[in-house]
Amino acid sequence: MARLNTPVMLKISDLTVGYGAITAVKGLSLEVREGEIVSVIGSNGAGKSTTLRTVSGLMKPKSGSIEFLGEKIDGIPGHEIVAKGICQSPEGRRIFPKMTVDENLDLGAYLRKDGAAVKEARERVLELFPRLRERINQKAGTMSGGEQQMLAVGRALMGNPKLLVLDEPSMGLAPVLVDLIFETIETIRKSGVTILLVEQNALAALRIADYAYVLESGNLKLEGDGSKLADDPAIAQAYLGG
Amino acid sequence: MTSVASGIARKKKVPLSAILLRLSSFLIMGVAVYWLGINFAHSPQEFAQVTINGLNNGLLYALIALGYTLVYGIIELINFAHGDLFMLTSVFSFAVLTELLGAQSPSGKNYALLLVVLLFTMAFGATLNVTIERLAYRRLRDAPKLAPLITAVGMSFVLQWIGLKWIGSVPVNVNTVLPSGKYHIGGVEIAYKTFAVFLITVPVLIILAFVVDKTRRGRAMRATAQDKDASRLMGIDVNKTISFTFAIAGAAAGAAGIMWAQTIGTVAYNLGFQLGLIAFTSAVLGGVGNLYGAVMGGLIIGLIQAYNDGLSIGPGQRWSQSMVFTILILLMVYRPGGLLGETAQEKV
Ligand SMILES: Nc1ncnc2c1ncn2[C@@H]1O[C@H](COP(=O)(O)OP(=O)(O)O)[C@@H](O)[C@H]1O
Ligand SMILES: [Mg+2]
Repeated sequence: MARLNTPVMLKISDLTVGYGAITAVKGLSLEVREGEIVSVIGSNGAGKSTTLRTVSGLMKPKSGSIEFLGEKIDGIPGHEIVAKGICQSPEGRRIFPKMTVDENLDLGAYLRKDGAAVKEARERVLELFPRLRERINQKAGTMSGGEQQMLAVGRALMGNPKLLVLDEPSMGLAPVLVDLIFETIETIRKSGVTILLVEQNALAALRIADYAYVLESGNLKLEGDGSKLADDPAIAQAYLGG
Repeated sequence: MTSVASGIARKKKVPLSAILLRLSSFLIMGVAVYWLGINFAHSPQEFAQVTINGLNNGLLYALIALGYTLVYGIIELINFAHGDLFMLTSVFSFAVLTELLGAQSPSGKNYALLLVVLLFTMAFGATLNVTIERLAYRRLRDAPKLAPLITAVGMSFVLQWIGLKWIGSVPVNVNTVLPSGKYHIGGVEIAYKTFAVFLITVPVLIILAFVVDKTRRGRAMRATAQDKDASRLMGIDVNKTISFTFAIAGAAAGAAGIMWAQTIGTVAYNLGFQLGLIAFTSAVLGGVGNLYGAVMGGLIIGLIQAYNDGLSIGPGQRWSQSMVFTILILLMVYRPGGLLGETAQEKV
């Protein structure tokens, strides 16, 4: 698939982020256009999660800027970024283990005041992941990894995001579930949500992406249409285990 | 790894130490039940009387314990200054109700003033606690755990110093607005004061529990306690939520502070140390971080003290603290996480 010709939704320019003396992301520039699935791949420690954490306001950049729908959002605290329409399902799921599935979903809609619309969103999430409906009153911490991942994605959807940010949604899942997660990501995009996806499962992530970026040690190594990168022998060599 | 291995081992063959532990716990429970039993048989009235006294103090402990447990639950800080915050609220209520408003004897007007000053004292406790968090603890939130802990100890001294400057070093008598009479119910005397404590602390506890359990703010508190970054991703303002937690903790201490001044009848700058220790113990006993555990712990310690001090067949008041801590230590051996707390294995 190829880049869409729609307006830019998220624009990261020359972003540098670090932890103390460690610089995890070095001068990254990246664009997500409305309606796209954009994938970011790269090996462990490449700086993918750090980038997403910065987009969601959990970290402050050392330099560079992030614009969302034309508005500068870097440096804004995380809870305000959610209000602007960016919801993230973080690496490692990070569901609230002592709360029920129901309460976790409610927390996803924490900022929303429109009760009827929240109910609708809930219904859509439970249709997307029927398994969650079966487990609705179960403590989230007692569910399987796959179910927790569904909950993490569903919870992010409850915030009615314009941009859904997914950090390694297929991590640690059985192959059947991995396929299900990727199918669901495409379904979500079809419902009109733009998606920024980070994955170590590079091939699947490139296949569903309109456009993709390859990170290596905090640097942008390569970018291009998803399908083109998926067929690139150099990529296959480095990231697809080929 | 070791815990898993020993778990499997235990299923195969129960080790002798586990049997002994179980046996000794039954033995201790048996002795306790026997002791209470003979006292009950000896004089049911006395027993009921002492129980009521125990619940009276226990409710005050519970309110203070709530502050330890809520704050620990949300930022894993043992807030050593909390007992002293309680002390300052009792001094505040004395300064406003007794001195400024001159409410020093029972009357309809003074009861109304008590209720008004109760609210002000709760607000005072809340504001002070929020300010302490903002000034002293917030900037240390990502620092190693020891840094905020030491800061809390320092804050405890600061608050004591304020109390010392405010009312001096000698305990001050408070002329209570609560009437001194007693109800007689089947040979049991219940002081009006005790009724007042029940009437005020029980609703305060219920309201606070409702806020934490059922409201949107309360849910944000519980989420923040579990995972701060995940909470931010939900749109929860973590700083505000932590402030709110300190506010609730301070308000509960305020309710305990005014009722302490009015029922015990003295305020002193060093009151916080002892009460803080008892309340902290209550929180640990109940399972630190667990709201209902703190209430339960407070009531249990109130009862242990009352039974120990008040029952005619028993060790007597000199042994009060020893009894409380013996029971705490025993409980920690059998249930390291506290009565309602999670066991350590569950957490891993
Ligand atoms: N909390 C942290 N403190 C210090 N260094 C970190 C922290 N988190 C990640 N890093 C470092 O930052 C770099 C990028 O990490 P991350 O963004 O998590 O990579 P990825 O998600 O691509 O695997 C790595 O070198 C990692 O060791
Ligand atoms: Mg990562």
